[in-house]
Amino acid sequence: MKTTIFLSASALALSSFGAQAETLRLLTWGGYAPENVIEMFEAETGHTVEVTKSNNEEMIAKLRATNGGGFDLAQPSQDRIAGPQIEFGIYKPLDLSKIDASQFIPSMLEATKANTTVDGEVYGVPHVWGTSGLVLNTAMAGDVKDYTDLCSDAVAGKVSYRLKRATLTGFAFAMGMDPFAAYDDEEAYQDILDKVEAKLIECKPNVKAYWGGGDELKNLLRSGEVTAAMAWDTGGWQLNDDNPDITFVAPTSGALGWIDTFAIPARGRADEAAYAWINFVMQPEIAAMITGAAGNFTASKGGDANVDDALKAKYQKSFPQEAIDNVKWYPVVPAGIEALEGATLDRINAAN
Amino acid sequence: MGTDRTRLGFWLLIAPLAVWLLALIVLPHVGMFLVSLRERVGVREYETSLANYAVFFNEPLYWNTFARTAYMSISATALTLLIGFPIAYYIAKLTRGRTKTTLFLMCLIPFWVSELVRTFGWMILLRETGIFSGLLQYLGLVGGPVEMLYNDAAIMTGLVYTSMLFMVVPLVTTLDSLDDSLIEAGYDLGASGFAILREIVIPHAMPGIVSGCIVVFMLSLGNYLTPILLGGKDSLWFTGLIYDQFITRFNWELGSAFGFLLLGLSSLIVFLGLKLSGQSLGKTMAQT
Repeated sequence: MKTTIFLSASALALSSFGAQAETLRLLTWGGYAPENVIEMFEAETGHTVEVTKSNNEEMIAKLRATNGGGFDLAQPSQDRIAGPQIEFGIYKPLDLSKIDASQFIPSMLEATKANTTVDGEVYGVPHVWGTSGLVLNTAMAGDVKDYTDLCSDAVAGKVSYRLKRATLTGFAFAMGMDPFAAYDDEEAYQDILDKVEAKLIECKPNVKAYWGGGDELKNLLRSGEVTAAMAWDTGGWQLNDDNPDITFVAPTSGALGWIDTFAIPARGRADEAAYAWINFVMQPEIAAMITGAAGNFTASKGGDANVDDALKAKYQKSFPQEAIDNVKWYPVVPAGIEALEGATLDRINAAN
Repeated sequence: MGTDRTRLGFWLLIAPLAVWLLALIVLPHVGMFLVSLRERVGVREYETSLANYAVFFNEPLYWNTFARTAYMSISATALTLLIGFPIAYYIAKLTRGRTKTTLFLMCLIPFWVSELVRTFGWMILLRETGIFSGLLQYLGLVGGPVEMLYNDAAIMTGLVYTSMLFMVVPLVTTLDSLDDSLIEAGYDLGASGFAILREIVIPHAMPGIVSGCIVVFMLSLGNYLTPILLGGKDSLWFTGLIYDQFITRFNWELGSAFGFLLLGLSSLIVFLGLKLSGQSLGKTMAQT
């Protein structure tokens, strides 16, 4: 009798389990879905997770190629959701009732929701945030305080940055302009781009190589071939473990702040698993594990409490209060702006 | 009855090739061509026009990059031929049996690892803190670290290395078929080594040279990894531009137009090369 009950109970458990279990195809950044977190999630919910590592541009390109298919959850930056959504329609609106809002830092949640709203529907909630600024070998390039100092003779031939929009934005701020304020005025923005273009072409002899991937830059800095670079905060903190001279410095004109989000692709097939993943990883303990793996802090309320002290110390050293107040958060990128930036970047790349 | 059966056999044999060509080459190109004719006029609004092609001709940056890519690829092809010809001649004419197989295999071995690994190998050798720089410093030939990566010479090295096999193989095949007695007859008639090379060896090897050059040129022109990884801040490559348009600019329309221009212009260069050297594609194919 007992065994029958047990058997039927377990059969019931199995069948209900089977109906719910989905495969979550996650399109994300390196470090955002560490192996141990995936194991805990799979054990708790029964869903399985397949991770594809990518970056902002590739995520959009991949989703555009399939009209928003092939993945069930993506993690683009908050400023890069509204534009591609309007242009290509690659995401579906979030059902906010399925997301536990109490786990988020309220200000960050509201800001992200506002920036990812298209036609009254919200398309993104925040996950991981961080900044880009200067990664310096302070023993050799201690004089570099701002992006424009990368063009000084003191670091000639020892500089690296990316040929991406972040570089244009950073240099514009360092040159005393406000590119974000000009986003809605194409002519004014082109004017800013032209000035930045001239500066970056003038600066070109100083550059050793334009870096493409994070590992490439780390190699350059670790070997000492590059002493001053424009990069993400985590890159600097990770290198700091290997060489105490290398660290992340917030430039005087302000570090550029980004927030990576959760967005559900238009033709995602595992929404239940996607919402389950969002709610799971936003728990403070899990968020701390992700911070440990990715090196960046999350939008999880209380998620920074369990982060290890070494990382916290590095963070506080790079970001005194006035540097935090000075962070320039990316506003929504309007459609069309990136075409102007692209042409500028091409011209810088081609200039001799 | 018999003809029906041969006809059926013909269609069955041709079917895999036809499916391959249609599904993987013709259809994607038709799709890409249609995309290249779309001009974005507003959010989700497109018009049919040749605007994307006009961009290429109006913006000096793009055709300069194409000219540079073509020029570098032609140089790489010439260099590969210069280095590959003596190797192929040695393998085909001056070695026999086991040595021949071994030498041939040695040309092949680098291709057992992927192109990415090969290119990274060059990066390790050439970089400022790399092996060559370290060796030169150790020997006391240079005072400080030397940077050999991130310039056009590094790209050229990588391209020649990557395409050497595709030059050597057709050359060995054609040179193999050259009867040794012809060369001996040349010497008997009092010709110099250079005259024999010019009058006998090269004319005979011409089909191999042409097909090798076409393959190497096309491979170099369409190479993406080597120029991107080994090239420096000034080293634009046309395939890199296409990648940028598709992936980082989301501008498929311009990217497709560039793709077609690359196809058309490279075909034109090959055609001109054949005309200048007095060869025809059919002759080349028949003899190699």
